[in-house]
Amino acid sequence: MHRFLSISSKSNSLRRHQSSLSLYTHLFSPFNSANGSSYAHHHFYQNPTSQFGFHRFFYSGYSSLSRFYSNPTGFSFMKPPFRSFSSETDRESMEYDVLIVGAGPAGLSAGIRFKQLCRQNNVDLSVCVVEKGPEVGAHILSGNVFEPRALDELLPHWKQEEAPISVPVSSDKFWYLTKDRAVSLPSPFHNRGNYVISLSQLVRWMGMKAEELGVEIYPGFSASEVLYDTNNKVIGIGTNDMGIAKDGSKKDTFQRGVELRGRLTLLAEGCRGSLSEKIIKNYKLRELRPAQHQTYALGIKEVWEIDESKHKPGVVLHTLGWPLDHKTYGGSFLYHMKDRQIAIGLVVALNYHNPFLNPYEEFQKLKHHPAIKPLLEGGTVLQYGARTLNEGGFQSIPYPVFPGGAIIGCSAGFLNVPKIKGTHTAMKSGMLAAEAAFGVFNEGLNMETYWDTLQNSWVWEELHKARNYRPAFEYGLVPGMAISALEHYILKGRSPFTLKHGKPDHEATEVARLHSPIQYPKPDGILSFDVPTSLHRSNTNHEHDQPAHLRLRDPKIPELVNLPEYAGPESRYCPARVYEYVPDEKSQLKLQINAQNCLHCKACDIKDPRQNIGWTVPEGGGGPGYSVM
Amino acid sequence: MKIMVAIKRVVDYAVKIRVKPDKTGVETNNVKMSMNPFCEIALEEALKIREAGLASEVVAVSMGPPQCVDTLRTGLAMGADRGIHVEATTGLYPLNVAKIFKRLVELENPGLIFLGKQAIDDDCNQTGQMVAGLLRWPQATFASKVMLDKEKQVATVEREVDGGLETLSLDLPAVITTDLRLNQPRYATLPNIMKAKSKVIKKYTPQELNVDIRSDLEVVQVTEPPKRKAGVIVSSVDELIDKLKNEAHVI
Repeated sequence: MHRFLSISSKSNSLRRHQSSLSLYTHLFSPFNSANGSSYAHHHFYQNPTSQFGFHRFFYSGYSSLSRFYSNPTGFSFMKPPFRSFSSETDRESMEYDVLIVGAGPAGLSAGIRFKQLCRQNNVDLSVCVVEKGPEVGAHILSGNVFEPRALDELLPHWKQEEAPISVPVSSDKFWYLTKDRAVSLPSPFHNRGNYVISLSQLVRWMGMKAEELGVEIYPGFSASEVLYDTNNKVIGIGTNDMGIAKDGSKKDTFQRGVELRGRLTLLAEGCRGSLSEKIIKNYKLRELRPAQHQTYALGIKEVWEIDESKHKPGVVLHTLGWPLDHKTYGGSFLYHMKDRQIAIGLVVALNYHNPFLNPYEEFQKLKHHPAIKPLLEGGTVLQYGARTLNEGGFQSIPYPVFPGGAIIGCSAGFLNVPKIKGTHTAMKSGMLAAEAAFGVFNEGLNMETYWDTLQNSWVWEELHKARNYRPAFEYGLVPGMAISALEHYILKGRSPFTLKHGKPDHEATEVARLHSPIQYPKPDGILSFDVPTSLHRSNTNHEHDQPAHLRLRDPKIPELVNLPEYAGPESRYCPARVYEYVPDEKSQLKLQINAQNCLHCKACDIKDPRQNIGWTVPEGGGGPGYSVM
Repeated sequence: MKIMVAIKRVVDYAVKIRVKPDKTGVETNNVKMSMNPFCEIALEEALKIREAGLASEVVAVSMGPPQCVDTLRTGLAMGADRGIHVEATTGLYPLNVAKIFKRLVELENPGLIFLGKQAIDDDCNQTGQMVAGLLRWPQATFASKVMLDKEKQVATVEREVDGGLETLSLDLPAVITTDLRLNQPRYATLPNIMKAKSKVIKKYTPQELNVDIRSDLEVVQVTEPPKRKAGVIVSSVDELIDKLKNEAHVI
């Protein structure tokens, strides 16, 4: 059985489609930037084998991106493995002006902003958003204490339009936890004016708003490859073939993927986006800035429905300390939403050293803390999920523009770590990219405007001010807190120095013999649970008869390196129990990949010591089904 | 020949459901809804028959709130030619659905009707049978194989019954309800989703169709099944017999 799509029929793009449904064999005339208006139809046609079809994509805007074609710093950008031309000419092709990969806050903000500009300027340009989740919001997971700054700019009437933002923050607590106690500390957060929300619900609402404006959103389709033209410019993406069996053969239900072409492509895949990582590597976007590597954390979250008497909407709590040790950065959050629901979770930075650390089990431990337990008792868990998030901040943002498009949102990495908020900056980055994109079509500018406006926006100012908090913790919990206090109370973001990140997360794992296994208590089924029970609450599902989407670059490494040297850390950090070492017929432990469990968190792609695990996108429509996360 | 397929919008099969705190039903707010899996199979079979040249048109029918249109669009994206939406804001029970369906059949005159054997939200397994009864048409339920003979206007259907497989021969027009092993529903491709946007969905209300949808049924309470109690490991056969006799009272 497979996923089904929820397609809004309110879309006014229906009118346009009725006129453009006839198959065109001619190509529309090249974009004329002088008159400022253009009609870009989208139409389907069998991919023409003639080359000239792509020249219309090549307008003046890109000549200044010469850095991509020359060799200023000794890097060559034209090395393989670029695909010089889409050789899959048997696929149907659909064309749009703007193609957005990912229907999250950044992607939808970009779509909405672009369409708003089209309306204001009386221009008709097409926007398509493609989303791997079964519906908009299904793969969205976040704390979330929402700062409405970007939404106020994007949709100022969000309140009247009934956005699911209704619980203002009423108190901001900050505790340092030891095994038995909770010590209240002055809160470093200033959440007055912010709201406790479910980002999944907000994104769903934004999806509706986007469709009302004419953005076409297609959930249930995964973008699995980037399409390039002969000049190595990105011209769109290809969706996954559906209906391939585990062994790679075609099933009866086989459907070839389609090519979604955009005159501009915006990648909004979220943290560690699979296509974004490829693009960053191909075009060397980190070196271009130059930026440090990205650092990450894994967030594991549950939404509970608790006793009415214990529920106080708007209460925001963050903790530091137990159950994590002084060398491991991370902390927990507990937010009171509405309808007796609370969001509780633990965030663990992925540069932890102990390969025996199990973030999921640490989270289960947390719930038993005497200061937290009473709140949860008598309650039920509604949903469970996990997702990685960026912690690299300012230092790790790559150059976000590439030939043919740009990277927005967490795929680039705009999360403000000390604030623990990334939604507002992701949305703003989407809006700025949309404005730049509109400038490309309407005024013949180029996408570099996105980079310029980004650096002149409050996003940059905010991230610049916040840049030293996280790297300070490289020196340990106490020095980290000391430097953070210095930054916050004295320097107030005007520090003359910029601290650097430590080793990349996957290199930070130390070998198993330097550590000892951690004994985690058994789940009690009331406050703590085993992974299968939790997984069931995430509504995760994948078509089981498909090739495993988690690919090992070298299939021997798990048994040769991961297991003997690191004691198989993937069997511990994966919050979905995808990786298990099970004895085979000869009683040798072998890695078993339960790809069907995958929550699409990307922790394995980040943390595998040899970077041997590659997360690729499975058949569209699979994965978790978050609705209140 | 026209084929009508009934489609129901239900909670997605992968979603973990929970009962509403007031026990009046299952929580459907903010929950992912999809086409009933058995209805997908029914639609797929109708499409296969049309593709084999034995039918001219496949019409998808759905009844319920305005969001049913989304489910119908999915059906159209799979390949149905047009859709019919009967809008009803109150809950519809199988007999109501069957009565409305009968009225639509009188208007559309199909040669064959496909339904899923049951919906995964109520598990009633009644609508197909009631439709056949009201229309006085032959029915084959739990179909695992369907073969049509156009000239003789006969459908040969293999059905899954408790004892195995039973083969029935039905004169058309007939009602067939589909079971799991009948086929594997196709994916709706992006180009088809786009094309589906321009296909027609005709709207009706039960009043327009002159069908009374007052129900004879009323849901009094919905509760979760009792939690499974933990098992006990016994140490000997004697202890087992003792427990079976004195605690469980089964022997």
